[in-house]
Parts: sequence; structure tokens; C-alpha cells
Amino acid sequence: MDISLDLIYVPSEDVVARIIEDELIIVPLVAGIGDSDDELYTMNETGKAIWTRLDGKKTLGNIATELVDEFDTVPKVIEHDVLGLIGELVRRKMVVAK
Amino acid sequence: MPYVKKLKPKEFTIWKGKDPLLSHIDIELTERCNNNCIHCCINQPANDKYSLNREMDTEFIKGILTEAAILGCLTVRFTGGEPLLRHDFSQLYLFARRLGLHVILFTNARLITEKIALLFEQYPPGHVVEVSVYGMSRKSYERVAQHNGAYSEFLSGVDMLLRHQVPFIVKGLKLPFLNEEQLAFETFAKSIPAMDSIPSCSMNFDLRSRRDDPAKNASIMKLRSTPEETVAHLTSNPFYLKEMAQFCSRFIGLAGDKLFSCGAGHGACIDAYGNAQLCLPMRSSETVVNLKEVSLKKAITESFPAMRELKATNPDYLRKCAICFLKGLCEQCPAKSWMEYGTLDTPVDYLCDVAHAQARFLGLLYVGEKAWEVEDWKERVERFVDAQGLNYNPPN
Repeated sequence: MDISLDLIYVPSEDVVARIIEDELIIVPLVAGIGDSDDELYTMNETGKAIWTRLDGKKTLGNIATELVDEFDTVPKVIEHDVLGLIGELVRRKMVVAK
Repeated sequence: MPYVKKLKPKEFTIWKGKDPLLSHIDIELTERCNNNCIHCCINQPANDKYSLNREMDTEFIKGILTEAAILGCLTVRFTGGEPLLRHDFSQLYLFARRLGLHVILFTNARLITEKIALLFEQYPPGHVVEVSVYGMSRKSYERVAQHNGAYSEFLSGVDMLLRHQVPFIVKGLKLPFLNEEQLAFETFAKSIPAMDSIPSCSMNFDLRSRRDDPAKNASIMKLRSTPEETVAHLTSNPFYLKEMAQFCSRFIGLAGDKLFSCGAGHGACIDAYGNAQLCLPMRSSETVVNLKEVSLKKAITESFPAMRELKATNPDYLRKCAICFLKGLCEQCPAKSWMEYGTLDTPVDYLCDVAHAQARFLGLLYVGEKAWEVEDWKERVERFVDAQGLNYNPPN
């Protein structure tokens, strides 16, 4: 499925997201998320800002709009980041479309 | 540019120099065990009502796990006794995993059923399961475990793990009657996919950590490898010299009078009854905090740091251990002292002898010398680590 800004994505139930010392850590819960079962994942600041907005209500477009205001950046850059991150998370089975 | 960074736990340095309040926690789910191993320092009978009635209940353990996760904990070790004896094991396991904790399980594998193996297959622990092996034949295994039928159940459990591709490693023990099975054990270990090194073997067995069974203590003492046997076993590892040089280059040095120079109290260990301890065998009342009265956070931020400042007062300890440079090489510690003598600062002669035997092998001591009497110890350590191409960086 193509990822577009009018879709809503939520964190997969197959991962656990934790905030430890201000860092977002994604812990795979089921087999097959990473290359091995002991891996953890963290995200850069952009990734964290997007992930924490995946609340099941906001579309990716809504999230991009919020981030444009927050980071004072042009929409095209933010939209690129949102779609890029979600694409990566979909590949890693860490988010699913609602 | 990737937005997501993959990390192995050992590469996990997200705190940028800051330590988390709690990085790992050990929880002894029960002292009960379905084995009755001849060398065991803790086991109670599997159906022991007195132990069972005092054990933490499910909700209490969940509360500890939740608090640990809030404090930044990434790994919980479930140990025992045999943790799988608990009827709520699966529930606790999944609860921990859903908190985002990796689980280390210490088990004898006898209770690994199809259901448990499937659980681990579907929700991998995030760490290899650690299986204790007590022999490579029914006769020897059951001579150690003192339970008829234990060996076939162990084999069945191991088979379940293999069939469900649950990564596990094995650990053995050194006993005279197991010597002839050592090769078979090592061959078995090599056949296990997750084993990437020679299996570890217990041989300097601890005495009863509850100090509850003098008769068993006497028999455990007889099972211990002698210092010479210990050295012979350790040095059969082709990497022993290199590994010891690496270890000595960082850790060997004078012990001083501070009792806790180890990692005790940097994580937390919870006994089967809800007491937080500096380390698992450290059960002296001076170093235990009841989590029914004190929060885990308070235990690790207030109680443990105060305990870690305890100093030795035993004149024998101050005359020998405090000025001995074999700290690190020697396993002397408050927990071992507690198990042997019921105090925190009594030199454990057996461990002292083992450390001296190792030091002689490494060229750090000459025959007849006592390490606390050696004045040029720094030069000796430097010579040893230098011969292995390393530099000596003594601990502070």
C-alpha cells in the first residue's frame, strides 16, 4: 500500500515504545521485527517527534502540519521526513495503517 | 538518511554518559526447585509450603517490573530455584516483555513444555535462555540433581527449545564423577546454535546463602574443585592468558577497606519474598531492603549507596584482603564471606587459596608468597600484561 499524507498510522502492537532519559526506544515484542531478537531501536529527533504523534486520530498530513509550526520549516521538508520515516517503520513492521 | 537506528543492547549507550537509575534487575521467582542438586546454595523442595506461602504474588512482581521499567531498566533476569515452577511464569514473562524488557531466564529446562517453547518462539526473550546442565547421562545427571526422571525431562526441554528455535546456551559444572563426560558436554555445547564460546562451568561452589543447612554446607565443601584443579580447568581455555591479561590490565589492584568495590547495588536483585538485595547471594539483613516497605527507587537511590559505603572492620581482613593486590582475581566479597561465615568481612580461605594458585600460574606470585606481603606487585602486573601486549591501567 502506498503511504500518503491522508492516511493514519499507529504503532504496531508487535513493538513496545519506551522513553528512557528522553530517548525513544523501540523494543520488538515478537519475532521477525529485526535481524535478531535482542535488537533495540532508537530514533533521531525528527523520528521521535513524528512517532509521539501517531495517536490513531491524526493523519500523516495533520502531523506534518503540526511539525511545520513547531520546527518552523517549509512543509515540503517536513512532509518528506514524515513519509520517509513512516516508510521505514512500515518496512520494519513497527507501524500499521489504521 | 535513516530515521531509525538499530542497536544491540551492548551498544546501547543512549544515555550519553549518564547512567540510568536501573539498567537491569534480577528477580528470584522462587527458591523452590524440581531438582535437589548436591551443590546448590539455595534450593528448597518443589512443593515446600513454607516457601510457597511466603513468595511474592503475581501482582507484587508485576509492580516491581513496572517500577523497574519506569527507572529505565532494559533487562530482567528470572532465576530461582526453578522459575518455571511458578504457575504464573508465562503471565509474568509476557508482562515483562510488554513493558519492553528483555528477559534472561535461568532454568534447568525440565519444565520447558511445548506451550512454553511456543511462547518463547512467538515472543522471543531478547536474550538467550541459560540452561544448566548437570551431566550427559541419566546416571550422572540424576546423581547431581537427585531426582529420578530429571534427565529425560531435561532432554525433552532442550529438544523443545531446539525445535522452536529458541536461542539458548548451556552451562555445566565440574565434579570428579563428571570429568569423563566433559568432552561429551563440550561436543553437545558446540552443537547448540547459540553457543559461540566454551561453556562456563561452576566449580568453586557457594555455600548455602540462607545459611540454613550446615550438613549440606559440609558436603558442598567436599565437592569444590581444589585450587590446583581450578587452575587446570581455567588454563585449558586456550584464551585464558590473553583474557586474564585483559582483565588484570583493568581490574587488579589493592582492595582497600571498602567492602563493595564490585558492581553490587548498581542493579537490583529481588529475592523470592520481595527483598531487594545488593546482589543475589547477599542475604545478610544489613544489606537487604523489604520492598513491601520501601520503593525500588528508594532502595537503589538511598539504601544501596549507603550500604556500598560499608567498610571492613575485621582485623584479619584489614591485615590481608585490604592490602592484597589480587582484588579482581580473588572472589572474596561480602556475599561470599556471608555465605561462609555469616559476616561481611571475614577472609574466605578457600577463595584466597584459589586466587593465589591462579596468581602463581600467571607469574604474579612465587611459591610460598602471600599476595598481601608483596611490595613490587605493580611491576609484576605490568610485566604480565606487557608480555601479552597490553598496558596496565590500575583501577581507582
